Amino acid sequence: MIEFRQVSKTYSDGTAAVEDFSLTVSSHTTTVLLGSSGCGKTTLLRMVNRMVEPTAGSVRIDDVDVATVRPVALRRSIGYVMQNSGLMPHRRVVEDIATVPRLNGAPRAEARRRAMELMEVVGLDPQLARRHPGQLSGGQQQRVGVARALADDPNILLMDEPFGAVDPLVRLELQRELRRLQDDLRKTIVFVTHDIDEALALGDQIVVLRPGGRTAQTGTPRELVEAPADDFVSRFLGLDAGRRKLRAAPRPGGGQVVTDDAGRPLGVLDDADGGPSAGAGE
Amino acid sequence: MTAVQWILENLPQILELTVDHLLLTVPAVLAAFLLALPLGRLAVRLPRLREPLVGGIGLLYAIPSLPLFIVLPLILGTSIREPLNAVAALTLFGLALMVRSAADAFGSVEEDVRLAAVAVGHSAAGRFLTVELPLAGPALLAGLRVVSVSTISLVSVSAVLGITSLGSLFTDGFERGIVASIVAGIVMTAVLALVLDLLLVALGRVLMPWRRPAPRRAGSREPAQVGERGAA
Ligand SMILES: Nc1ncnc2c1ncn2[C@@H]1O[C@H](COP(=O)(O)OP(=O)(O)O)[C@@H](O)[C@H]1O
Ligand SMILES: [Mg+2]
Repeated sequence: MIEFRQVSKTYSDGTAAVEDFSLTVSSHTTTVLLGSSGCGKTTLLRMVNRMVEPTAGSVRIDDVDVATVRPVALRRSIGYVMQNSGLMPHRRVVEDIATVPRLNGAPRAEARRRAMELMEVVGLDPQLARRHPGQLSGGQQQRVGVARALADDPNILLMDEPFGAVDPLVRLELQRELRRLQDDLRKTIVFVTHDIDEALALGDQIVVLRPGGRTAQTGTPRELVEAPADDFVSRFLGLDAGRRKLRAAPRPGGGQVVTDDAGRPLGVLDDADGGPSAGAGE
Repeated sequence: MTAVQWILENLPQILELTVDHLLLTVPAVLAAFLLALPLGRLAVRLPRLREPLVGGIGLLYAIPSLPLFIVLPLILGTSIREPLNAVAALTLFGLALMVRSAADAFGSVEEDVRLAAVAVGHSAAGRFLTVELPLAGPALLAGLRVVSVSTISLVSVSAVLGITSLGSLFTDGFERGIVASIVAGIVMTAVLALVLDLLLVALGRVLMPWRRPAPRRAGSREPAQVGERGAA
């Protein structure tokens, strides 16, 4: 469990990035911090592994104040994935993934074996093990970033817009695979994004942030869509502009065609009694 | 006697002077390099100190070399003819060039990569040695090559003070009117500079293999097609 207890951060230049923020992240769940650029998401995330020290309040992991844990040891126990993968240009993929096990004292061979396993887990061809990151596509780089973060089996995974820089198709695929991974691994994930669709797709809990790291609303994806707390949340989710309004119309073959507000088809809704084919047979 | 004959007859002595030349050059280049590393890193860490530090030390290069060779012994308490005196002066000149290279080199390490190194849990020393130093490597090497060539040419000046090196071939050649000696000095200095430079380039290749272009199999194939497995 991760708890943010009334944390604030004012940077030395006077920027108040986060003000009086509190949140509880339950173990084995995914919490998404959702907000536009500059609202303090990265600042909040980095408080967990002490890359940023709060100027007030505290962050606790399983009831231990992280301020009492040595930063280096803390970071080696928490996975961190960055937007631009943050891979080491001078290390081969397999070495980079093996970094944290090595730092934690695993013998080289053991760490490599673990790294090769993780490449499999995140869906990377083992052939890529000896490449340098410059020789990988953006999607592959992000997979390596995820593998490196998972390499020493941390309980907590911090992800800072990890799929923000890859093209939309790859992004969807990476999101799908993260869900699959999470079903197996059940990590405690804090995931930062400004993409509402991504938040709805991945979050067990979503925190909508206003500028200054203030919470606009916290809830499950369903709670947010069903009952946005105010206009800000509603606008952010795109509920006001009709972006999420769907229409259903009967389909000749049975069932319903679902379209967006502009009439573009999104999919088919089966009839309750068993789908289009049942209707077609009559 | 032709120049070639003279050179052949004096070959053992020329080689000895070449070794002397190297014994002055290598320690000075190494010392300048090692001193420049922490200074260059510091300049990146404290941006406000950067210009005073880099610019200030860079100005050392403007000191004419001969007076420095003469003044240093007064400061160091060495005698003018001691090789240590020449090495110290050469180190200062090397440092003047190398500090800026080092500051630029460490400044060229991407912030994202630096942060990633923090995030995985490297200690400060581990980060410097295993991430920043290798990534600054190419730019450090470029600076080192300049220092190496510049030092090799500067060493000769110390021959005027009686410190033996390939420069002694010039001083002797002038004094005794032997053109071949001067020619040999020029050629050997150039050869030495070239050989050291090639060694440094080779060293860079060995130590920084990631700089080589990608080993693509089929010409224009995008890496994405090789290894990304489809969605589950
Ligand atoms: N090191 C820093 N020094 C000063 N201001 C910063 C620093 N890092 C972030 N900020 C400022 O704090 C605010 C929040 O930044 P950040 O947490 O990166 O937001 P987000 O990740 O949501 O885009 C922004 O206004 C940003 O400019
Ligand atoms: Mg951010």
